[in-house]
Amino acid sequence: MSDSSLFIVLIAMVGGAIRVSTPFMFVALGECLTEKSGRINLGLEGNLVLGAMVAYAGSYTTGSPWLGVLFAGLSGLVLGAMHGYICKLPKVNDIAVGIAFMSFGTGLAFFFGKPYIQPTAPRLEAIPLGWWSSNPSIEQALQVNPLFLVGIALAVFMSWALANTRWGLIVRMTGDSAASARAMGVSIDLVRLLATAAGGFLSGIGGAFLSLYYPGSWNEGLSSGQGLMAVALVIFARWDPIRCVYAALLFGAAGAIGPSLQSVGISQGYYFFNAAPYILTLFIMIASARSKSAAREAPGELSIVK
Amino acid sequence: MTAVVSPAPIAASRGLDPRAISSIEAILIPVGALVASAILFSVFLLALGKSPLTFFSLVWTGGFGSAFSIQNSLQRAAPLILTGLAFAIPARIGLTLLGAEGALVLGGFSAAAVAIPLVTFGFPAFIGLPLMALAAMLAGGVWIGLAGWLRHYRGVNETISSLLLGYIAIAIMNFFVEGLLRDPASANKPSTMPMGDAYRVGSIPGTSVHWGLAAGLILAVVLYILMTRTTFGFAARMTGGNVRAAKAQGLPVGFLVVTCCAIAGACAGLAGFYEIAAIHGQANASLVAGYGFTGILVAFLARQNPLAIIPVAIMFGALDAAGGLVQRRMAMPDATVLVLQGIIFVVLLVSETFYGRIPFLQPRKTGDRT
Amino acid sequence: MISSSLSRRSLLKAGAAGLAASALPFGLARAQTPIVLGAVYVGPRDDFGWNQAHAVAMDILKQVPGVTVVEEENVPETDAVSKSMESMINLDGANLVLATSFGYYKPFVIESAKKYPAVQFRHAAPLWNKDTDPANAGSYFCYLNQAHYVDGVAAGLSTKTNKIGFVAAKPIPSVLSNVNSVLLGAKSVNPNATVQVIFTGEWSLPVREAEAANALIDAGCDVITCHVDGPKVVVETAEARGVMTCGHNASQAPLAPKGFITGAEYKWETIYKLYADALSKGEALPNFTVGGYHNDMIRNTAYGAGATPEAIKAADAAIEGLKAGKPIYVGPLKDNTGKVVIEGTKDNYDPELDGMSYLLEGVVGSTT
Repeated sequence: MSDSSLFIVLIAMVGGAIRVSTPFMFVALGECLTEKSGRINLGLEGNLVLGAMVAYAGSYTTGSPWLGVLFAGLSGLVLGAMHGYICKLPKVNDIAVGIAFMSFGTGLAFFFGKPYIQPTAPRLEAIPLGWWSSNPSIEQALQVNPLFLVGIALAVFMSWALANTRWGLIVRMTGDSAASARAMGVSIDLVRLLATAAGGFLSGIGGAFLSLYYPGSWNEGLSSGQGLMAVALVIFARWDPIRCVYAALLFGAAGAIGPSLQSVGISQGYYFFNAAPYILTLFIMIASARSKSAAREAPGELSIVK
Repeated sequence: MTAVVSPAPIAASRGLDPRAISSIEAILIPVGALVASAILFSVFLLALGKSPLTFFSLVWTGGFGSAFSIQNSLQRAAPLILTGLAFAIPARIGLTLLGAEGALVLGGFSAAAVAIPLVTFGFPAFIGLPLMALAAMLAGGVWIGLAGWLRHYRGVNETISSLLLGYIAIAIMNFFVEGLLRDPASANKPSTMPMGDAYRVGSIPGTSVHWGLAAGLILAVVLYILMTRTTFGFAARMTGGNVRAAKAQGLPVGFLVVTCCAIAGACAGLAGFYEIAAIHGQANASLVAGYGFTGILVAFLARQNPLAIIPVAIMFGALDAAGGLVQRRMAMPDATVLVLQGIIFVVLLVSETFYGRIPFLQPRKTGDRT
Repeated sequence: MISSSLSRRSLLKAGAAGLAASALPFGLARAQTPIVLGAVYVGPRDDFGWNQAHAVAMDILKQVPGVTVVEEENVPETDAVSKSMESMINLDGANLVLATSFGYYKPFVIESAKKYPAVQFRHAAPLWNKDTDPANAGSYFCYLNQAHYVDGVAAGLSTKTNKIGFVAAKPIPSVLSNVNSVLLGAKSVNPNATVQVIFTGEWSLPVREAEAANALIDAGCDVITCHVDGPKVVVETAEARGVMTCGHNASQAPLAPKGFITGAEYKWETIYKLYADALSKGEALPNFTVGGYHNDMIRNTAYGAGATPEAIKAADAAIEGLKAGKPIYVGPLKDNTGKVVIEGTKDNYDPELDGMSYLLEGVVGSTT
């Protein structure tokens, strides 16, 4: 590979990280919050897909993409709150309910989304952060959607709030030891309900990014499992909001490898290049999983890592 | 909490022993949940101005209403029984695996790959087909077994690794099917070499349902016995309950984990074998049909019980079979059945909470809920 | 809509009667015999692409008196399609089944045709073989690569960078033929033109399609076209980046008001009208119906703002040429590894082209 090809691929990876990572980031941050409270919601794929549909429909109907984003968040909030409420019933398994909600949310989105496949809705605008460069591909790679920046700010805020605020402490305590939280007079069910609902809200916004910005269209194949993958990334990121952002960026960048290698003429074995995000994540997990810190950082109440 | 605790004598005075209560519950609760889902979905339909009566009569017609419909449902249920088992068995040992889809794809692909030399050198089908099945089970078993191994020996979370391995399995299949092992004649649908009619697994006599259903039924029974009536099953369930206690007891936890995962992978791989040998006759991208993910739901609704997987998978098959009819007759989108399925799942899972809490069945509860 | 749902209802009552009618030899079916046509689609009917092209044309058949159309969408290429077709036959009394996705044919359409000899099956790809396949099955197909050739002509005169980008699903003959036709069209008017192709590996994967379109534009392509199931994402992404586009399968002109040049579109309605006429007269359906520009089975989308007057003129001339049978593949042609793959000149319907496995010299990309 020549230097200029390498440059093109690297620029594409930066661009890919910025373009593709946002839905992963929002879902992963939402899930991170939920899991910090000791509950797992595997069904955020459903929130993501429903959010994508609702955002597109909302933007098309009202003419305002940001209203669409809000509606998407609310639809995710409703699904998340339902999940949170059901899981507080005794003997109900949160993983199972999550998977059920994945299919319920997707079903609703496909059912009500039919009339919105055809129309073109107003989409979110990007902020051209690459204005300083005369290189068009750098300029393009740095077309940044405000939601991307919101996601990063949110991660920083969450990271700070979990460590330094009373609310953060309550969430973490609920997740690490229900007994001690109860002893402190915390309503565990309420904390988890709110954390799951908030997680659902964020996932819905992740879906809005898909349909209203990139790729910026609503159809039934839009997500291809991104919500599920994002939930898995939380485990990969070891329940740290900042690391969730890194994981999402890495995943987005790796996803750009396949198409950009082909664009510089390297296309042999493109199936494996296209699978690069999965292969890379797996190898990093294997390489890093042995460290003791991995086990220590998992919320103690989480069913999936017990 | 308090509602749960009730004096034992009431149940005793009605002459109900705990076992009878739990069997009554095991029937009453799921049936009640199905009725409740039907009511909820009817409200949904009425809100859209559609007739629930028409809908449910179509579901009956499409799922069970004729010999054709029943066979249609059973055929669709066949892979789901196997992928359901692939989720349920590791779940008993406390693992959440999302890798059945990948194991199915890799298993089916391996079967088709092994078939190429067998068919080329003219091996008879009675030797070739078992070898193919073996290859499929081996490939699936190794793939999921790997997730189990990574979990136990390297501390890699099995949920995420199995999901990732699934995507990688699909990439491997596509790479070979569209490259090295592509049959030039397969033109616009890249596939491996067709195995020919001699190498096909036929239908169960008197039906149009392929033998994968029988394999699923047998495996469900065998695995039920393995998990409930043998030392292995007891040790596995104990590990699932509490790993530390199991280790303290000197149980070979690593062996149990990897074996349960390998069994799961073998089940999914076998489902892949039947997709190849009974349906496609060659491997191609159609192997990726989502059976692995539906299997997760099947297993959960069956509460990880291998025997209960059978009726649940048939219910899924029937809904699937009826979906087309609903689309055609009611002019409703194909997602209608997805919505109904979603409602059924959620309500069935909510119904779990009623076990041991139905007022008129107040059981022997002494407040020992954990 | 009302009339179709009415006839569907009466159909319910007459389910058994429909079954009995389907047992008649099809060619003898009289005008009063109800024709029930089952159509199966692999994706949603409104995907702006392959399935939509079929579904829109199917509406023409719905207008024919005595014909009822029952449709199922999102039917995967597994035994689900056998079961859907059988369900249409057994429960709706379908006596003509149109299976519209390539992978439906083998083994599903063939096996179903053997199982239900009284039902006619037609499949949308040139695969039917009169020596080996059942007589009640058949093929119909439109050679879209001819319209892509016209795309290439228009794009070749519109591009300023001489680089045309092509987002392709899989390296299979029908896709490769479209890629090569775009190249040959472009080269016929602009010898410096090249085509760069990126394979996404899937028929429908919006995020990667958008990534591929972006990668092509970053690599300097200023016209983008594609062959995926639903071209909406590719066309919209390119339009947003301010480059020109050519469409595929159905009209995407409304999606790209600034950069749309033209697009390759199927005219399935020509074939479906033919079927409808035969059905209403009670005649047997032809087993093998294929065509292109010469028999009005494809078209190019009306020119958009991206097409220069010069490009329009050349494209119109190319269409006239194709109608008169002017060949696209004029040998000798080399593939992009330097091997001669086409010696002489090939007729546009030469069956050898159906097995195309190469990218021609001038295409950047690889099939493996």
